Amino acid sequence: MIGLTHYLVVSAILFTMGVLGIFLNRKNLIIILMAIELILLSVNLNLVAFSAALNDLVGQIFAMFVLTVAAGEAAIGLAILVIYFRGRGTISVDDVNRMKG
Amino acid sequence: MIQAIAFYLFATVVILSAAMTITARNPVHSVLWLILAFFNAAGLMVLAGAEFIAMLLVIVYVGAVAVLFLFVVMMLDIDFAELRAGFVRYAMFGLAIALVLLAEVVIGVGAWNAGGVDLASRVAPVDAGTALGSRPNIEAMGLLLYTRYLYIFEAAGFVLLVAMIGAIVLTHRQRGGVLKQNVSRQINRRQKDATRMVNQPVGQGVEL
Repeated sequence: MIGLTHYLVVSAILFTMGVLGIFLNRKNLIIILMAIELILLSVNLNLVAFSAALNDLVGQIFAMFVLTVAAGEAAIGLAILVIYFRGRGTISVDDVNRMKG
Repeated sequence: MIQAIAFYLFATVVILSAAMTITARNPVHSVLWLILAFFNAAGLMVLAGAEFIAMLLVIVYVGAVAVLFLFVVMMLDIDFAELRAGFVRYAMFGLAIALVLLAEVVIGVGAWNAGGVDLASRVAPVDAGTALGSRPNIEAMGLLLYTRYLYIFEAAGFVLLVAMIGAIVLTHRQRGGVLKQNVSRQINRRQKDATRMVNQPVGQGVEL
C-alpha cells in the first residue's frame, strides 16, 4: 500500500536532483533556474503528501503560496537573465563578477 | 493495487524526467523534460487527493512558467556547447553533495517514521462539512482560503503584482533613433502653422 513514506522518498529524490542540477550546470543560468523549480516542486509534493496524511488542508493552502512565490521568482529571475544577457552577451555564472562579490 | 501501479508509474517518470532535465544537452529539451516532470508530479498530487493543487500545477507551471522558460531559451542566442564545459569537473563534487543531502533527508524520514514527533493538532480537517457529507477539494480550499487565510491570500496577490511590475521594469528599454507617429501633434496641426500665403510679384524668384 502506498503510504506517506513513499511520497517522502520521491520528494527527497526530486529535491536532491534539484540540488545536483545546480552543481552540474554551474555555467548555465537557465538550467540552474529550472533546478530551483524542481526543488520547489519537491517541496510542494511534500506539503501535499503531509496534508493528505495528516488530514489537514492547510498543507495544500501553503503549497499554493509556494506556487505563487515560485512563479514570481521565475519571472524575476528570467527578467534578470535577459537584461544580463543583453548587457554582457553571456549567461555563464562564472562571468558574473561585476559586483566583485 | 491500481493506485500502487499509478503511483510507481508517476514516481518513476517524475524522477527520470528530473534527471533528464538537469543532464540534457539542449536547454530546450531540458524545458520539455521539466514539463513532463510537472505533469507527473500533478498526477502524484491527484493520487494524494489534492486535485486543486494538481490542476494549479498544470496551469501555472506548464501553462505559464515553462512557456516563459521556453521563450527565454529560444530568444537568447547562446553557444550552449561552451556552457557545458567543466560538466565532468563539477559532476563529482555535485554528486558528493547530493549524496550527503539525500542521506540526510532519508535519515530524517526514517527518524520521523520511527517515533513520530507529536505535532500540533490539525487546524483544518479535510472533511470539514459533515452535514453535507465530504466537500470537494476545491470547495474546502476556497472556504479556508477566503476566510481564515484571506490576508495571506491578498499578500500572495501583492507578491505577484510586485513580480510583474519588477519584470516589466527590468526588461523594458527605451530605444533611441526609432521613428514614431505622434497622433495628437498630427491632429493639432492647423493650416496656418504649415502654409504661408505670398503675394508674389511677377519676375522675381520665390523666397523659400
